[in-house]
Amino acid sequence: MPLEFIEGNEAIARGAVRAGCGFFAGYPITPASTLLQYMLDLMPRNDGTAIQAEDEIASIGFCIGASMAGRKAMTATSGPGISLYSENIGLAIIGETPLVIVNVQRQGPATGSATKGAEGDIQFTRWITSGGMPIIALSPANVAEAYELTVRAFNLAEQYRIPVFLLTNKEIGLTQETVDLDSVRLPEIINRTRASASEAYKPHQFGSIEQVPVISDFGGEHVTQFTTSTHDQNGYLTSDPEIAQNMIDHYIAKIEAATDEIALYREDMQEGAELLFISYGITSRSASVAVKQLRDEGFGVSSLVIQSLFPVPETAIKAAMKGIRKTIVPEMNMGQYKLEIERLAPDGMSVIGVNKMDTTLLSPSEIIARGGCRD
Amino acid sequence: MTDQYHETYMTDALGPLPCCPGCGHERILKDLDSALTKMQIDPRKLVIVTDIGCIGLADRYFKANSFHGLHGRSLTYATGLKLANPELTVVVLMGDGGCGIGGAHLLSAARRNLDITLIIANNFNYGMTGGQHSVTTPIGGLTPTTPGGNVERAIDICAIGAGAGATWAYRGISYDKDLDERIIEGIKHPGFSILDIWELCTAYYMPRNEYNKKELYKLIETSGLNSGLIVQSERGEFGAMYRESAGNLPPAKDISALEPVFGHKLKEQTGVVIAGSAGEKIRSAASLFSRAGIMSNLHATQKDDYPITVMTGHSVSEINLSPVTIEYTAIDSPDYFVIVSEDGLKKTAALVASLGSTTHLIVDEGLQIPDTAATIERLPLVRSAKKAGQFTIGLIALGALIERSEIYPTEALRESVRRHQKPGIVETNLRAIDLGSELAAD
Repeated sequence: MPLEFIEGNEAIARGAVRAGCGFFAGYPITPASTLLQYMLDLMPRNDGTAIQAEDEIASIGFCIGASMAGRKAMTATSGPGISLYSENIGLAIIGETPLVIVNVQRQGPATGSATKGAEGDIQFTRWITSGGMPIIALSPANVAEAYELTVRAFNLAEQYRIPVFLLTNKEIGLTQETVDLDSVRLPEIINRTRASASEAYKPHQFGSIEQVPVISDFGGEHVTQFTTSTHDQNGYLTSDPEIAQNMIDHYIAKIEAATDEIALYREDMQEGAELLFISYGITSRSASVAVKQLRDEGFGVSSLVIQSLFPVPETAIKAAMKGIRKTIVPEMNMGQYKLEIERLAPDGMSVIGVNKMDTTLLSPSEIIARGGCRD
Repeated sequence: MTDQYHETYMTDALGPLPCCPGCGHERILKDLDSALTKMQIDPRKLVIVTDIGCIGLADRYFKANSFHGLHGRSLTYATGLKLANPELTVVVLMGDGGCGIGGAHLLSAARRNLDITLIIANNFNYGMTGGQHSVTTPIGGLTPTTPGGNVERAIDICAIGAGAGATWAYRGISYDKDLDERIIEGIKHPGFSILDIWELCTAYYMPRNEYNKKELYKLIETSGLNSGLIVQSERGEFGAMYRESAGNLPPAKDISALEPVFGHKLKEQTGVVIAGSAGEKIRSAASLFSRAGIMSNLHATQKDDYPITVMTGHSVSEINLSPVTIEYTAIDSPDYFVIVSEDGLKKTAALVASLGSTTHLIVDEGLQIPDTAATIERLPLVRSAKKAGQFTIGLIALGALIERSEIYPTEALRESVRRHQKPGIVETNLRAIDLGSELAAD
């Protein structure tokens, strides 16, 4: 049980090593730069390659190439860099590329406050690229979870052949905390399912629409294709409307069908509670203090902390909202994930957002007061 | 080598190449096919990388792995592929358009010298989108976006590559008889190689500019450029150098496990802020203080705030210590506040003014602090630091704080220094803690 005092960015780097990451490319940006540095140090010691690219577009381009050549790949940046990743994220989606993208969120828009935390990129992540296809996004609340969710992010990327976002925050990335990484329960490591050498291979072959195609790495046993263009299951360009729609349906179905399987959350339910907190990331920690305080005061309060923001764990959210009169959604943005809660809310239940973007954390007392929790 | 002989590396599975009649792309692609056929590379170990532009239609006409990516970014995918699997032969086909939008990647690929071959099908305009001008359109060239004739100078791709450190660059035209041999040389060159191949766009640039094969032959010369092999030199290949440098890494950082062997007196989460100047080792002192807390069975968090220009201005660290897991990491009302210098005071003045009576404020005796309800303790921190040595003021102040607060035993802080500091400065640091203890005891 070695206790350590490390920041979230280091935990992610070490989680990546645990997950079998073999390639990292990034470009310096506060507050993700230390993650780039940890990876530059750790990768060559662990049979991997890490490189500082000429810009963010190259960072993700390198990673897509490396992933298609069989390496588990990760890149890390913050809001401005994610903006530059956008087009290549679309490429990773259409090419069904396993990829982990860490966004150490900082206050935006634009350059914003480079050294200050935020959760402003939530819906940006969901609708990150032209065409609007699903992605997977996980959000850790603390350093230990950053480690665990990094491993899970790699697993999901490999399993579903899709970019998986780790939505963290300067407030986790650059905050040192007491942690015992050995005590963190990690999932089994999942590797992509590779095509059998003896069988003919199509890079995007699926039977039922939600099936994730097996993969053959560039340089592996098959000659393979990868393309940014609308293609068929062979990876060949097509303008056939039926095939085009079928592929789009596939990108959506492979994630939607797995929503319950991907869902990660922590519940702290109280029998008969009429007040519910739904939170995620660093803000969930303020929410948990608020919950405890309200309970001490005699209020009935339940709490749902969501770790897998996308696909939205609808089953868990709907279940948590049963019998609830009021749901509080505190966020370090102006009400982004609240939109998802509102669309799932039962009739008659009110959804109250507690929001700010003044670069400081939402405090438990702020959440209680502005959420009208004692009303 | 491949396990079977390939008479061609092109496939007719998709029908003939989709090139306009007379388009230079077809000639270049046939020469690439000829080069690959002569080389007999295992198609499974060969990747043709393309991006957007008519030449980007070509990759899938080869019996090799094909990677077709975003406009101007083919060199980035090629870099990832080659770094991930050095066994691959990676050939990039790009247009002159890609050299514009992807200029940064061209420069970096040349600097990096990773073993990739770049063939540029340079026809002076954007054939895929209607013949607009590109970075290589000659002066005076007529295109839909230069209706009065182009006035932007054309770039010299080989010179730009050479300036950035390319180790092999060739310029020719699509009619060159020995182009396939040149491509072979480029592929065999152990580093980044560029072939800048000038050619005709029969759909747009040629008809608009009354331009033809004969003119193309003369154009390189009339542009004041050289043809043939422009650069040939030897320099370490990036992939090999990277793998070699991995052996030269300094020893891996020790995982500094913290054993909770000391006790503590905290009942609840306690916030400590220390504010000083860049260069005073405030963060380092704060880290030793936090780790001592963990060694005393406490949970800790630490956040540091300092300007982007790190060697000037303030340095403020916020530390939470708690007997239970710390959830809320901000410190709205510090229990202990330490200010050692003017920069730290300036940064935190508003906070100091708002402090309540529950805050114990330790400040250097020389600082003029704003009116505050906090309990103030003035100590000769600066004077003591002069005695104890450079970089000691943070530990003097925190030594005093521990003596005053009794959060955990001073010995924990001393042990933290012994565990985490370089041997050369341990004695100085321990002396600083002692000085701090004495100040608080006085």
